[in-house]
Amino acid sequence: MKILVTVKEVATVEDEFEIKDTEIADQYLGADLNEWDDYAVEEAVQLQEAGIADEVVTVTIGPEDSEQTIRQALAKGADRAVRIWDDSLEDVDLLDVNAKTEILSAVVDAEDPDLVLTGVQAGDDSFGATGVSLAEEIGAQWGAVVNHLEHDLDDVASVRRELEGGVEELTDIELPAVLTIQTGINEPRYASLRGIRQAQRKELDVQSLGDLGLDESATESQLTLTDMYEPESESDVTVWDGSADETAGELGELLRDKGVAP
Amino acid sequence: MTDILAITDHRRGELRDVSYEIITAGRELANETGGDLHLAAISGAVDDFAENLNREGVDAIHTVSHGEEFNHDVYTQAVTQLYDDLAPQYVLIPNSVNGLDYAPAVANQLDLPIVTDTIGLETDGDTLIATREMYGGKVETTNELEGESVVTIRSAEWPVAEGTGDAAIEAADVEIDESAIGSTVTGFEEVAGGDVDISEAEVLVSVGRGIEEEDNIPIIEELAEALDATVSSSRPIVDNGWLPKNRQVGQSGKVVTPDVYIAIGISGAVQHVAGMKGSDTIVAINTDPNAPIMDIADYAIHDDLFDVVPALTEEFGG
Ligand SMILES: Cc1cc2nc3c(=O)[nH]c(=O)nc-3n(C[C@H](O)[C@H](O)[C@H](O)COP(=O)(O)OP(=O)(O)OC[C@H]3O[C@@H](n4cnc5c(N)ncnc54)[C@H](O)[C@@H]3O)c2cc1C
Repeated sequence: MKILVTVKEVATVEDEFEIKDTEIADQYLGADLNEWDDYAVEEAVQLQEAGIADEVVTVTIGPEDSEQTIRQALAKGADRAVRIWDDSLEDVDLLDVNAKTEILSAVVDAEDPDLVLTGVQAGDDSFGATGVSLAEEIGAQWGAVVNHLEHDLDDVASVRRELEGGVEELTDIELPAVLTIQTGINEPRYASLRGIRQAQRKELDVQSLGDLGLDESATESQLTLTDMYEPESESDVTVWDGSADETAGELGELLRDKGVAP
Repeated sequence: MTDILAITDHRRGELRDVSYEIITAGRELANETGGDLHLAAISGAVDDFAENLNREGVDAIHTVSHGEEFNHDVYTQAVTQLYDDLAPQYVLIPNSVNGLDYAPAVANQLDLPIVTDTIGLETDGDTLIATREMYGGKVETTNELEGESVVTIRSAEWPVAEGTGDAAIEAADVEIDESAIGSTVTGFEEVAGGDVDISEAEVLVSVGRGIEEEDNIPIIEELAEALDATVSSSRPIVDNGWLPKNRQVGQSGKVVTPDVYIAIGISGAVQHVAGMKGSDTIVAINTDPNAPIMDIADYAIHDDLFDVVPALTEEFGG
């Protein structure tokens, strides 16, 4: 069985930051492997270790800079990586769900995996929709917000979907399928030094839209980001200033006033 | 094409709150487009649901009786057929776990753009302006979409619709193709049971990822002991196995309403806030003065928890 895992490098934002037009100014941004994708990679690698998957391939839509993040996934055990990039993607403000679906489905066509794992959402734009959209596009089955997968996969994936309020749904999904992976499904490993060394030698194949049989129109978002701003605070929060002893003293007083502390 | 089609959500025989909120969101849009608000109730006791959903501002309710519980293939088929039949401008779907399990499929099948987790919507009839958050709530964005689209709405952002309506209730002319159903729900399970019920606690000392390591959890437990309070947490702490599932506050954890909720090293992501915003008094201890938790906190200390927490414990003789 071949597993394709979508891996996104997400932008992280420093505590203090400034917005420039419809973006956070570069100097306040960092980059990291999307938290939810980390769990998806781990699940795929565990399936491989259990002898169920023969190959784990990651796919990333991202510029050359994202290779560090891709190597993280390779260091954790993925066999090889595909990275999609193109000049036409360079200037795109926000790649919407439809655009991602089109690009990723072309990769699925080329790779023909039995199972696709994606993170539930990306920590930066948090659409939470790409996995299910992709499944529909490629004519596969799917399950969203999966926090447990039985490892005796044959024709069916038995999963748990995490609903709201501490309720889980047990569902059987026919393969091939796309599962969007929720945190907590496993414990993502840290890459070992050996893994990191090996990752350097693994194949990281860069493809353009043209290589995938797509043209520039694939990057056209139907959604335009028109403004970005810091949300207005709804509460008038009282901020206690001072040393830790002073602020702890203020909080202590509040708790005594409310009669909830000794 | 100016009508709105809003899909309702239910579980184990009960409509979920967002089903009444989506009426409000849909009505607001329908007022702006000058169109009708259509609701759909799919699977389960749809006739009872329709009766409850018949609130002020609803023009029509379409029922699709098929199976008891949510199945994404049934929903996808039903909604795409309703769309073909009613030709609405916007399809509104709750941004619930189930909503996210079919809304993207509906959008892709209908070849429509999708915008998820919206917290504000406006339209002039052609262009939709959707407000949503990015970077875990650190920024808000506006997004424009032309023409028809699929939109998911965040729960608890619109008030629930009240009043009684005079909607036309009818069984929709929808045919579900059983052979296209590729997944089967085999059951439900409650998790997060156990000895401690954080939803009963008067004071919660709640710990988040700011605690960094499992070895640091005891400083939170010592504080809770000194205050005679209960320890709860955000999700990553439970995902890491540092505290049991029954301590998790939030959308997928427990809803809590203590007198005092002390959020320590918790950013205040929407899924966390969903579980604790009803707390009487919220205190945030966080190094980031712009963390979203500050929007709902009553009191805040912008400082390192590793300094503040031990000082507070000491204050109470711990
Ligand atoms: C479908 C779904 C369901 C979810 N359900 C839940 C749920 O039920 N409950 C839940 O909590 N989450 C849930 N989440 C996850 C949620 O989106 C967030 O990822 C999570 O709440 C973040 O937890 P956190 O605030 O502890 O961590 P972070 O967001 O990483 O925040 C850590 C905070 O600690 C602060 N900090 C760091 N160091 C220090 C220090 N030394 N002193 C003081 N402050 C410090 C930082 O400034 C930051 O604000 C869900 C997500 C999804 C997609």
